[in-house]
Amino acid sequence: MSLSAQTRPPAGAAAPPLIEARGLTRILPGLVPVTLVRDIDLTIGAGEFVAITGPSGSGKSSLLYLLGLLDAPTRGEVLINGHPTHLHSETRRARERLSTLGFVFQFHFLLPEFSVAENVMIPMRKLKRLGTRDMRARAVRMLGELGLEEHVDKLPIQLSGGQRQRVAVARALANDPPAILADEPTGSLDSKSSEQVFQILRKLVDDHGKTVIAVTHDLEMAARMDRRLHLVDGMLADP
Amino acid sequence: MPLILSIALTHVGGRFRQSIVSVLGVMLGVGFSIAMAALMEGSQRDFVATLVDAIPHVEVSDDRRDPAPPPAAARFDAVNVIGARPDDDTRGLRNPVRIKAMLENWLPGGMAASLSGQAVLRYGGKDVAVALTGVDPAAHLRVSTIGEDMRAGAFMDLAADLNGLIIGDGVADKIGANVGDTLAVSTSSGAVRRLKVIGLFHTGVTQADDATGYTVLKTAQVLFSRPNAINRLSIRLKDVNSARAVAQRVERMTGYRATSWQEANESLMEVLMVRNIIMYTVVGAILLVAGFGIFTIVSTIVHEKARDIAILKSLGFDQADIRRIFLMEGLFIGIVGSVLGSVLGYGLSVFLGSLAFEVKTNVELTSLPIYYSAWHYAIACGFALFSAGIAGYLPARRAAQLNPVDIIRGAS
Ligand SMILES: Nc1ncnc2c1ncn2[C@@H]1O[C@H](COP(=O)(O)OP(=O)(O)OP(=O)(O)O)[C@@H](O)[C@H]1O
Ligand SMILES: [Mg+2]
Repeated sequence: MSLSAQTRPPAGAAAPPLIEARGLTRILPGLVPVTLVRDIDLTIGAGEFVAITGPSGSGKSSLLYLLGLLDAPTRGEVLINGHPTHLHSETRRARERLSTLGFVFQFHFLLPEFSVAENVMIPMRKLKRLGTRDMRARAVRMLGELGLEEHVDKLPIQLSGGQRQRVAVARALANDPPAILADEPTGSLDSKSSEQVFQILRKLVDDHGKTVIAVTHDLEMAARMDRRLHLVDGMLADP
Repeated sequence: MPLILSIALTHVGGRFRQSIVSVLGVMLGVGFSIAMAALMEGSQRDFVATLVDAIPHVEVSDDRRDPAPPPAAARFDAVNVIGARPDDDTRGLRNPVRIKAMLENWLPGGMAASLSGQAVLRYGGKDVAVALTGVDPAAHLRVSTIGEDMRAGAFMDLAADLNGLIIGDGVADKIGANVGDTLAVSTSSGAVRRLKVIGLFHTGVTQADDATGYTVLKTAQVLFSRPNAINRLSIRLKDVNSARAVAQRVERMTGYRATSWQEANESLMEVLMVRNIIMYTVVGAILLVAGFGIFTIVSTIVHEKARDIAILKSLGFDQADIRRIFLMEGLFIGIVGSVLGSVLGYGLSVFLGSLAFEVKTNVELTSLPIYYSAWHYAIACGFALFSAGIAGYLPARRAAQLNPVDIIRGAS
């Protein structure tokens, strides 16, 4: 806890929390409406390493999609850096995902036609903050830090599952977003690769001050994170 | 290369064979459209050129579009003449010298006065009715290409022979006369004169070849019993397309009816227009079919790439970006198809133009008339791109609306 406490803004500072949920509820409309999450209130600051746990079907992924602005709540709202997002246009929310939020899913979802480095460069090319050469340099450097220096010009299909997942992490970090949202990032990996990915996330929090929110089934792994949110039937519960 | 374009290209590349088929569809559509347009317009222009060549571009006749009001009514508002009878004896263009002088200094082309009327040629017991025109041969040659259509004799021979007659070869065939024969020419005025055939022409237009004849103006005036009269002023313009405007101006200045060649051939022009409408409908249909091919392939790609769409959205692409990707795929196929189609169309046009035919019709064709126009290419490509755009847009819109959450859940 001490680590995240250090990177959090000092108490009383005006800086708003990075991600905030207020009364967040998502109900799928239909003949029988399905409630995915209900009345979630939470505040996540900079530099936190948060685990979302809970039984299967409890709404972990749903919550993550809502916090990541990939899905829109039925009621309640998500604030990013203190700004309510429910009134944002679709384009503005996409922009927020591009620069503020990085996603890592259980499956890597790399674009198969693009090389590893090109995949990492996609969010950079979309944001256009860097020149092409700088983008490539940054992608190669990040891949190097994740132990993938020999693979930068390979196609995703030539990589192992764990390697691909690390590429996905690099891609999520491409635009240096303050927050990484990961949905069971190690769910499809063996224990060695899992540990590798976990260490990367740990390092992001500790060394780079990133906020990482990771859904996990692995309670032992969750225990090694700084904060745990436990979901039961779409609602926050005590673990 | 822009990111969105490079993504679009990988998608098309990933469906290479299908894309090629779509490109071929557009290419054939564009190519055949262009070749067809070149042929259609070529034949139309050829036809019109033959026609226009053979007739005056503007013809001033001795009618008025609106009967002139009685002089008193024209001068005073209060005067209204009822039941006036115009005098009916003085047909013909009055004061031709003045009219000529009025037109001479601005008219972009030449003019020639003539007197035309119906006459009957009789030879060896056979009668043929012809439109007989009395001309000043030198002036007439400036407004007509008849000089080039002479099969026997020369048009200028008329100048030296008051009793000379030049007729179409069709007339000669019908009546059984030949150069050197003397025919009896009579008109409704009762005058009869014996004229010698000194020349034959063949314009290729049956109407002209089978029923017209020329003599000198003087002789015609005698035959029609109208000394010094002319009833027609033929104008040949440097720019045939200015005929309508010139006709209007002449009419305003002289008060006589001036008919442009377009007006004289209104129904023909309508037929040509209908032909063009049909052509462009067919072209549109061809390219629409090509559009279906594009629609199919882009739809397939959208379906196949749903996961990529979801991930791109999660990375921060908005709906417009996604739409652009797939729209671009449709347009890309359309553009490649259009470029190749233009080349094909040009090649086909050249090929068709090189074919020689032996056709005997009203107006002879020896080879297919091909008209090259950038418009054909622009219209065919424009239409192809338009239908490619629509064909790409529909699936693109669907792709943009895909919900990434559904796809990511489905894939996990
Ligand atoms: N499109 C849908 N239609 C119907 N029910 C749905 C739909 N999407 C999700 N659900 C249901 O909503 C609930 C929450 O789903 P969610 O994926 O958020 O759970 P989860 O905690 O991530 O589960 P897991 O650990 O298995 O990934 C589940 O019971 C799921 O079956
Ligand atoms: Mg889940």
